[in-house]
Amino acid sequence: MNDSKSHPSYVAKYLKAVPRSGIRDFFEIVTTRKDVISLGIGEPDFVTPWHIRESSIYALNHGATSYTANLGLLELRQSISRYVEHRFQAQYDPTTEIMITVGVSEALDLAIRAIIEPGDEVLYHEPCYVSYGPIITFAHGIPVPIATHKENEFRLTREALEAKVTPKTKALLLNFPTNPTGAVLTQDDVEMLAEFAIKHDIVVITDEIYAELTYEGERPSIASIPGMKPRTIFLNGFSKAWAMTGFRIGFSCAPPELTETMMKIHQYTMLCAPVLAQEAAIEALKNGDKDVEEMRRAYKQRRNLMLKGFEAAGIPCLRPKGAFYTFPYIGDFGLSSQNFAMQLLEAENVACVPGTAFGACGEGFIRCAYAAGTNEIQEALVRIARFVKRLG
Amino acid sequence: MDELLQLLKTDGRQSVKTLADMLTLSEDEIRSRMTTYEQQGIIRGYRAVVNEDLLDPNRVRAAIEVCMKPDRGGGYDRVAERIGKFSEVESLHLMSGGYDLLVFVEGDSLKEVAGFVNERLATLDGVRSTATHFTLKTYKDQGVMMETGSEHERLKVSP
Repeated sequence: MNDSKSHPSYVAKYLKAVPRSGIRDFFEIVTTRKDVISLGIGEPDFVTPWHIRESSIYALNHGATSYTANLGLLELRQSISRYVEHRFQAQYDPTTEIMITVGVSEALDLAIRAIIEPGDEVLYHEPCYVSYGPIITFAHGIPVPIATHKENEFRLTREALEAKVTPKTKALLLNFPTNPTGAVLTQDDVEMLAEFAIKHDIVVITDEIYAELTYEGERPSIASIPGMKPRTIFLNGFSKAWAMTGFRIGFSCAPPELTETMMKIHQYTMLCAPVLAQEAAIEALKNGDKDVEEMRRAYKQRRNLMLKGFEAAGIPCLRPKGAFYTFPYIGDFGLSSQNFAMQLLEAENVACVPGTAFGACGEGFIRCAYAAGTNEIQEALVRIARFVKRLG
Repeated sequence: MDELLQLLKTDGRQSVKTLADMLTLSEDEIRSRMTTYEQQGIIRGYRAVVNEDLLDPNRVRAAIEVCMKPDRGGGYDRVAERIGKFSEVESLHLMSGGYDLLVFVEGDSLKEVAGFVNERLATLDGVRSTATHFTLKTYKDQGVMMETGSEHERLKVSP
């Protein structure tokens, strides 16, 4: 019996307008196929280093099965405080300014909800991670994407920002190094962004989850710019650099009032991040530097390999300086991003993600992750080259 | 450690082209650096890591602790060199602690290894005593796990 027609829809109207992630649609097609080489994976192909996994097992053996403080284990917050100061030159008090969350995704949601009133506008750069637009909508804010372009290496420019800022602009959301483009900011860019934020009195939420995976050039954080701390929410986590995606541990650093507000939402919706994963994160910060260094080196080598392959195949691609994605330009082959990705999958069994999954200005691009084994990358490159040769 | 060496230590079969692409160097540069490492004796060889347990269940491995009488002038080196030249000896280390040399020996049978210890190793001048431990199973060798369990599969596409 199907009752669905006899009832009105119970779903909130504003949510109906949010499309589900383009990645999800693609995922469903890919899973129906066998022997696919996937460059479509947005997570490390490394397993979490054993000593980190083992620390979770040890904690479990010793009965670590309870809640933790809402803000997270103090020992972990203290480690994070030292880490952020050392690595990002920004000081945060572990007792009032740092909170452990369930991945950066939760932290980002909390940050937006903590500051947005209905109708507030939030600026963010596209192409970007798939959740940025929707979480702003979920908080009844208005997403205001700013297109970035390969000509500027997908960095934000003052002109583009000034063109979109209005009196209703409440926040600017940054993600450098960027998923999917691998773009990074220079010190000049960061200073420009800080000046812009101060001039228009807006909050900066900076998602720096890929910061450790920066391969060349500067690694400045806007959180370290004088005068920015009161208006900055700094987000980071363990998923990428320590290969801990499944542990779901992120964190936020923000002034006490903002942290307290985010904590209120976290307290009533999540309570705390899982204790076993927090224990693993303590170990990651204590003894994981060498792992991060080794994985960073491996990603860089694979990036080089992939860039060389695109070059040989005649596919233009910027040299990404961070994260583990390349974002080659395939717009000259006469296919839309979506069709290129679909046909590549059908013809050669290689999965990548159409650039449009990351915003309209991703048209003409595909995202290829190099968080994959070198043999896989090499075979995928052979297939991609064969595919574009046929396209002519 | 140099990135090239590190890559070769992980996979000695990488092609020169792949190594060149990964390190953004020319193929000639890779070749000449490998040759230099070989000439300097830093790279001592390239070989497969084999799980002998799967290959031949009768094959025997033993770790032998050797106590020695040091030689005036040569210390342990002269005897160690003599021991190392036996083809049965897979690896040989001078150790701190309760004995002097640790010798890993391989052979086709228990008898063969026993024969080597009795007839050749223990009888060497300078060797005071030996203690032989036979390997029952090898779990990890040269940094490689000998058995890999089923791997958890990642999602094929994720954001």
